[in-house]
Amino acid sequence: MSDNVARLSLSRRVEKELPLLRTLRRNAWWGVSVAALCATLSLLAAIFWFVLSRGIPALRPEIFVTVTSGVAGGLENAIVGTLLLVGLGVGMVVLVGVGAGIWLAEYASGPARAGVRLLTDVLAGVPSIVVGYFGYVLLVKQLGWQFSLVGGSIALMIIMLPYVVRGTDLALESVPKELREGAFALGATETTVLLTVSWPYALPGILTMLLLAAGIALGETAPLIYTAGWSNYMPSAALTHAPVAYLTYVIWTFISEPFERSHELAYAAATILMVMIVVTNVLARSFFDHLARKQRGVR
Amino acid sequence: MAIRNAGALKPAHRRSLLSSGVVFRFGTGFMALLTAAIVFLIAVFLVLYSYPAIRFNGVDILTSPIWNLGNQYGTGVEHRGGFAGAPGASFGGAVFIVGTLASSALAMLVATPLAILVAIAMVYRVPRPLRLPVNTLVELMAGVPSVVYGLWGIGVLVPWIAHAVGPFFSAHFSGIPFIGAGAGSGNGLLAAGLILAVMVFPIMAATMRDVIYRFPQDVFEASIGLGATSWKTVTRLVLPAIRLQVLAAMMLALGRALGETMAVLMVCGSALNSFPSDIFQPVNTIAAVIVSQLDSALTDPTGMAERSLAELALILFVITLSVNFLARIIMRGADRVKRTV
Repeated sequence: MSDNVARLSLSRRVEKELPLLRTLRRNAWWGVSVAALCATLSLLAAIFWFVLSRGIPALRPEIFVTVTSGVAGGLENAIVGTLLLVGLGVGMVVLVGVGAGIWLAEYASGPARAGVRLLTDVLAGVPSIVVGYFGYVLLVKQLGWQFSLVGGSIALMIIMLPYVVRGTDLALESVPKELREGAFALGATETTVLLTVSWPYALPGILTMLLLAAGIALGETAPLIYTAGWSNYMPSAALTHAPVAYLTYVIWTFISEPFERSHELAYAAATILMVMIVVTNVLARSFFDHLARKQRGVR
Repeated sequence: MAIRNAGALKPAHRRSLLSSGVVFRFGTGFMALLTAAIVFLIAVFLVLYSYPAIRFNGVDILTSPIWNLGNQYGTGVEHRGGFAGAPGASFGGAVFIVGTLASSALAMLVATPLAILVAIAMVYRVPRPLRLPVNTLVELMAGVPSVVYGLWGIGVLVPWIAHAVGPFFSAHFSGIPFIGAGAGSGNGLLAAGLILAVMVFPIMAATMRDVIYRFPQDVFEASIGLGATSWKTVTRLVLPAIRLQVLAAMMLALGRALGETMAVLMVCGSALNSFPSDIFQPVNTIAAVIVSQLDSALTDPTGMAERSLAELALILFVITLSVNFLARIIMRGADRVKRTV
């Protein structure tokens, strides 16, 4: 599988004997294919350049310590709000998502397992705006919390949930059978095996998925508009009945304002967000990947 | 799995409630129940909340193009289907449903061939040392937030359509339906479709890449040995073999595109009460209108506008659910085909 390139170089040598026209046509199509890949990567670079070249000059130190006022000011409230919303959401998803994933991998069987897995996949396909409206109906209206920190966090938790459940499930499923049976043979109980054998082995995989999910939550807007609202003030200690600011809202609304200052803030917010997301993604993919490989190598 | 197989090896004595795992089993079981219940809760609460609107609007929500909150300043209310709304109110979602389907269809049209080409290049033409960085970059593309794509759309894509693509089309294709009018602000169906294409493209490319990786190498080499070019092998052997998986990947991406909110909202032109007759005209999608109409819906004292938005959310939920189930069915079919071959 991973030797495709090496083997192709062999097949390329064979193809040298083919008629010139065919070779040309073949190379033309391969050229188109590689050009499409290059174009894709350039597009990504162009999007990053577009945001960063405008956002980095706008990152003046005072925006980190000033709250927004109308369509100007700083971003302190939005940065803190985003971190609070995502932090609380991750806290909840660790409890619910990792819990559900452990149940799926360790205890569930038959139709119950198939059913929960199916519903988790279905949840992954629910559009984020629908999750947001659900949060609005249930949390904001029905429970009367109004726009709030907890409402927004629960909406983000629902967005992250399918990824975390599936990630935990897969990570625990991939623990080698021999390892666990060895522990059972030594007289360990189910719980002991789970906590001392399976868990340490699966942890890097679970943490990777949690970080990727947090990256998704950081960039979400639609689920928050209807649940977290927006506020020009720093988030208070109130869990409910107080709207919370977040970075994506700044990007969406401030770019439509006619003022240079609000555009700058939108680009600055986008830059901060991109940095946060790239850091979580890189951490997830390299650091924990490394951990996992090391662990598997040792065993 | 393993734990059940090892059941016979378990010691017979159980020391305490905690070490026997009962607490753990029920605690995690409750979390799984909660996860499973969320999908049902979403459906139930959307239906309950939008029920007055379902009765009030009847089939208008699907067929009428007019979205009008009615007379908000009068004192009276109008009763339809047993529920009260503002006089003259009309909550028709046809424009939004058409816009959702049209922008997603355009996105699939642009993204699918590109994703196939890129997936092929990623498997067969990227040298091994570059593979991890390329994969990471394509996955990073999927991780860029919707609003940031929207920001790029407002800053780059929309002006490009307004100043370059539009004038080019009106100069060279005028008179051709759907693409000939080419002018306007740049916000519209084309912008929405293109931004959706950029957003769903990485998901499709990554899925197809994984599928192509699994194509048996010996079959590939046999084809080369018989004198086919490598490209011909890809188009005649690899692509036909994975067509169902490609279709499933398209369906999953379509599910994403249909529900995508922020980027589309920022470039679609937020059309109300009119269908696009051209790819350069403003459109609106269900997801976008739920966000852009919230503020005005909240001013409706009868609350019917808000409930109609909930009904739109319900319609979107049903559409995306159907598309995702279709994807699952196709995926299962693809697995069965593979087993029999």
